[in-house]
Amino acid sequence: MSALPFDPWFTDPRDPALFEALQEGLPLVSRPYAAMGERVGYTEAEVINRLREWRLSGLIKRLGVIVRHRRLGYRANAMVVWDVPDTEVSQVAGRICQYSFVTLCYRRPRRGSEWPYNLFCMIHGQDRERVESQIRQLIEGCGMTAWPTATLFSTRCFKQRGARYVPSIETVSLESIEPA
Amino acid sequence: MAIHHQLLNEFQRDFPLSPSPYADIAHQLGVTEDEVLIALRELVKNQSISRIGAIVPPNSIGVSLLAAMAVPAEQLDEIAEWVSSLPEVNHNYEREHRFNLWFVVNASHDGHMGDVLGHIEQRTGLTIMRLPLLEEFHIDLGFPLEFIGAT
Repeated sequence: MSALPFDPWFTDPRDPALFEALQEGLPLVSRPYAAMGERVGYTEAEVINRLREWRLSGLIKRLGVIVRHRRLGYRANAMVVWDVPDTEVSQVAGRICQYSFVTLCYRRPRRGSEWPYNLFCMIHGQDRERVESQIRQLIEGCGMTAWPTATLFSTRCFKQRGARYVPSIETVSLESIEPA
Repeated sequence: MAIHHQLLNEFQRDFPLSPSPYADIAHQLGVTEDEVLIALRELVKNQSISRIGAIVPPNSIGVSLLAAMAVPAEQLDEIAEWVSSLPEVNHNYEREHRFNLWFVVNASHDGHMGDVLGHIEQRTGLTIMRLPLLEEFHIDLGFPLEFIGAT
């Protein structure tokens, strides 16, 4: 038997279809796991078991309601970037993550003089002034005043949805385009 | 409205993995399963939530990449719309910078990723700045919403 793609997460031939169904979202019916199972050939108990295993093994980082923050008034979405010396980046990131208004923090490669930044964080807020003051708080609180930085607010969201990783099954998503 | 707010805030993680999860939530909130389902359908319909689903760490299934392009202003709408139409693209934002179009590409493997990026560059005539994830410091566990001035 040939190996399934995305081993070790997928160990059963039905797993890719179950994952795809999960990325589309749980059906809003009384027995959602049974409905998903019916589509992919698993029983309800097997679906629950697979999802539990994926959660324990870390494939599912969280399972729950995925909110569209822009629709809920969170329109001040800032990507803040810094050029932090490589030797200090982990330590600084640890301090950044202490701030509850920071939702994501990543290290990425620099790209020459036009993009010298290697540390990224995301802040989602309701109004721009408050987010700007949170950024100042972050820079001072984490001792980052000396490093080059840029703040990129998003002005329009053209698309926001869960990733679809299985290229053989492509469905049009109702949520694929969110108006500005 | 209270049940809608609770549904938005209290179930962003640890969604019940039981045969009747909506009935479990209803029990917790002291309402009926139908009330929960109706409220969730309303929240999906008015686009307050995109789905009940999973957040998956980047690069666990396939590969993903943050991409940025400097698009001339007069071409931005057209190029953004076309980029959004690609099934491999799941997030696509305009941002205030010379690099004004930021999107995330998901592909099944590196070769597929290369094909998608090459296709975008060829079609638009623009260079993509490739910013793969090197290290993730913060875990997305959802975030508490404040309902000030929100519906």
